[in-house]
Amino acid sequence: MNRFAALLDRLAYASGRNDKLALIKDHFATVSDPDRGYALAALTGGLDFKHAKPALIRGLVEERTDPVLFRLSYDYVGDMAETISLLWPAKHGVNRVPELTEIVETLRETSKSDMPGLIAGWLDALDENGRWALIKLITGGLRIGVSSRLAKTALAQYGDLDLKEVEEIWHGLEAPYIDLFAWADGTGPRPEPDIAAPFRPVMLAHPVEDADFAKLSPADFRAEWKWDGVRVQAVAAGGERRLYSRTGEDMTGTFPDLIEAMNFDAAIDGELLVVRDGQVAPFGDLQKRLNRKTTSKKLLNEFPAAIRAYDLLFESGEDLRILPFDERRKRLENWVERLNHPRISLSPLIDFQSFDDLDRIRNDPAAQSIEGVMLKRGDSVYEAGRPKGPWFKWKRDPYLVDAVLLYAQRGHGKRSSFYSDYTFGVWRDGELVPVGKAYFGFTDAELKQIDKFVRDNTEDSFGPVRQVTHEPDHGLVFEVAFEGLNRSTRHKSGLAMRFPRIHRIRWDKPPHEADKIEALESLLPA
Amino acid sequence: MKRVMVTFSDILMPTKAGLYCPPGDFYIDPTRQVDRAVVTHGHADHARAGHGAVLATRQTLAIMGSRYGANFTPAQQTAALGERHKIGDATVWLAPAGHVLGSAQAVIEAKGVRIVVSGDYKRRRDPTCARFEPVPCDVFVTEATFALPVFRHPDDTGEVAKALHMLEVFPERCVLLGAYSLGKAQRLIGLAREAGHDAPIYLHGAVEKLCTLYETLGVRLGDLRPVMKAEKDEMRGHLIVAPPQSLNDKWSRRLPDPVAAFASGWMRVRARARQRGVELPLIISDHADWDELTTTIEELRPEEVWVTHGREDALVHWAGTQGINARPLSLVGYDEEGGDHG
Ligand SMILES: [Zn+2]
Ligand SMILES: [Zn+2]
Repeated sequence: MNRFAALLDRLAYASGRNDKLALIKDHFATVSDPDRGYALAALTGGLDFKHAKPALIRGLVEERTDPVLFRLSYDYVGDMAETISLLWPAKHGVNRVPELTEIVETLRETSKSDMPGLIAGWLDALDENGRWALIKLITGGLRIGVSSRLAKTALAQYGDLDLKEVEEIWHGLEAPYIDLFAWADGTGPRPEPDIAAPFRPVMLAHPVEDADFAKLSPADFRAEWKWDGVRVQAVAAGGERRLYSRTGEDMTGTFPDLIEAMNFDAAIDGELLVVRDGQVAPFGDLQKRLNRKTTSKKLLNEFPAAIRAYDLLFESGEDLRILPFDERRKRLENWVERLNHPRISLSPLIDFQSFDDLDRIRNDPAAQSIEGVMLKRGDSVYEAGRPKGPWFKWKRDPYLVDAVLLYAQRGHGKRSSFYSDYTFGVWRDGELVPVGKAYFGFTDAELKQIDKFVRDNTEDSFGPVRQVTHEPDHGLVFEVAFEGLNRSTRHKSGLAMRFPRIHRIRWDKPPHEADKIEALESLLPA
Repeated sequence: MKRVMVTFSDILMPTKAGLYCPPGDFYIDPTRQVDRAVVTHGHADHARAGHGAVLATRQTLAIMGSRYGANFTPAQQTAALGERHKIGDATVWLAPAGHVLGSAQAVIEAKGVRIVVSGDYKRRRDPTCARFEPVPCDVFVTEATFALPVFRHPDDTGEVAKALHMLEVFPERCVLLGAYSLGKAQRLIGLAREAGHDAPIYLHGAVEKLCTLYETLGVRLGDLRPVMKAEKDEMRGHLIVAPPQSLNDKWSRRLPDPVAAFASGWMRVRARARQRGVELPLIISDHADWDELTTTIEELRPEEVWVTHGREDALVHWAGTQGINARPLSLVGYDEEGGDHG
């Protein structure tokens, strides 16, 4: 457990993706089976202990500590797992520290009534860090900035495996992943789990570049909308129904309304959306449905999920991925028609003659919830990964707004000596109101210039944050690019930008020439 | 009980300028300019310039002189540890506090009552200063910087080993150790030396100045070099010691890809460490942790405990549960929350 606790501790402080990958790989390389397999399961969210709930642990610590001191401590620390791990009275002389495997396997077998004694014994044996990791582990949700995908990527890198293959077999595997690690170590074959409704790694597109068009013939390509939702794969076969994200995360439990609609024997590739009366709702609506462990009736009614189908990968046991796009498309159209379910509709093809034609259509899409268009070769087979050539995405141009720098915050890691995270605002009734935050889009040389501006024009500072001068004639204007806007109650402006980044630094522009909030409000979904 | 309270505050009482001793007409660690001061240690919040007279240990006076210039007070009075000084109707003597070099507890005796003002203190060993000595007393005035049971500082050798281990893991980088310039920096260097680390250690100017002073006061710190005169490449794989505020400062850009480390008791709490943008938090403090605070009070079992700067409420509550009379002294002007010298 100490090794696992140390891993979580280091991960919680590591700032970069590469540092995190290195830490996880090092863990896989230096810790043996089955401990490392359970670590992988913990990082991918694959462990769930029914009887070990936060309330139980809180009860244990309350039996052992003074309630006033507990409250004062929790007020100060702010995090329950950490408060308990720090507050737990050390029991000297207890020195047999349980391994991760022992903890996981014992937790699974232990009855509810034996659970408190068991956990208390472990908390006695562990140090602060170990207690913190144990509490994180058993109460679920490590929240240390490591996604399930990152953990799988680390495994793939560790074993020099193809991430796509790992994702493909993932759902048939179980912790502690002995076969998977044997494959990674080169001491065993690729595991071939028996899954009725497996995930098939998805095909992705490159963004199209201006130079590409000269080499492409419009007649070879089909165009379709790129919907602003979540790319999913819906698979039903052999009595099993599953909804996967494009990285193979299992989302089945979150979308019971869709699962109910999946009365078929096929695998489709499509976009998950919230659709009301045939109208695609803004992305913000879909967000309300994502990452939920439980779903209420009310939520299902208010935000009904649906799929716009792009492709048909499997049908009644037949693998269609080797067929050209045009043929798959015909099969898909027939299939959707036969299925005839309101929640599963066809994403239509767009008629176009030339790329200029399509360019116009792309920038004036049929609905707000369209991010742009996809270009797919009529003869393209469905190939996992991001092959160069058969598919392109052509996003609609980003929205641009001129906004004024209000606050700058110090960055992390290599950027920790620079003010690199910027909050910017636009005018509302003669005042600047914050509308977003961005921390990329500029070069290193530009970062140095902005950093200097921030330091030279600081009005106030709060910890790592500086308030930067922003008067009508004195301040810094950014041209900010973003993909869309949602309403938000969390921001003072009532707006939330999607994917904002610094597009250009307008050293030439005085703040009073920056945009007004009305310019943004006109972009909001109705 | 009430009669006793009155008696104690006849001898020492909180005022706006700090703790005042009427029979001796002096203040302890005054936060404003006064005629006569007894200073427990050299940290700037306790040792201010401009008093009419200052009584302190030789080292504390030297630290004050280096910060404020030799004429920081017209009358310096050196007190050796244990040496009794009669001031007015009171007697004052100093006992080691284990906090930083020269740090002392002020022991005040008058009218048959003994009050000990601990200043800042810690109980564990520190290679750069004399260890705390408990002095039996009627009233113990304790600090409360880390007076919450979540603060239990681990063994300092293990924490220093983490920083040294980082040097091995990242030979191409350096470890930039943020540490309060007075006390913490020298203790870390001393601990690294004890752990067998005899490579040059590079210093920020502010730290260098105090290390030089420590050396002249007899504390050996080994091969120390100024960062300002070093090439970027020669600092790879080395320890750099700088004040905490330089961790994220422009100054750090001259260093080779530093691992940001910060040595402080506050590093026990993750949110605090992350807020500082620290990559390597080291839990090392020159203040007593919860166990040290409570065992000291249990050991002394004074008539009363007075709690100064820090988290008074938890310690006062705890003392109550132990049947010890405790009360908070709401003194202002001392670093407590977030002070870098935690
Ligand atoms: Zn101090
Ligand atoms: Zn202090």
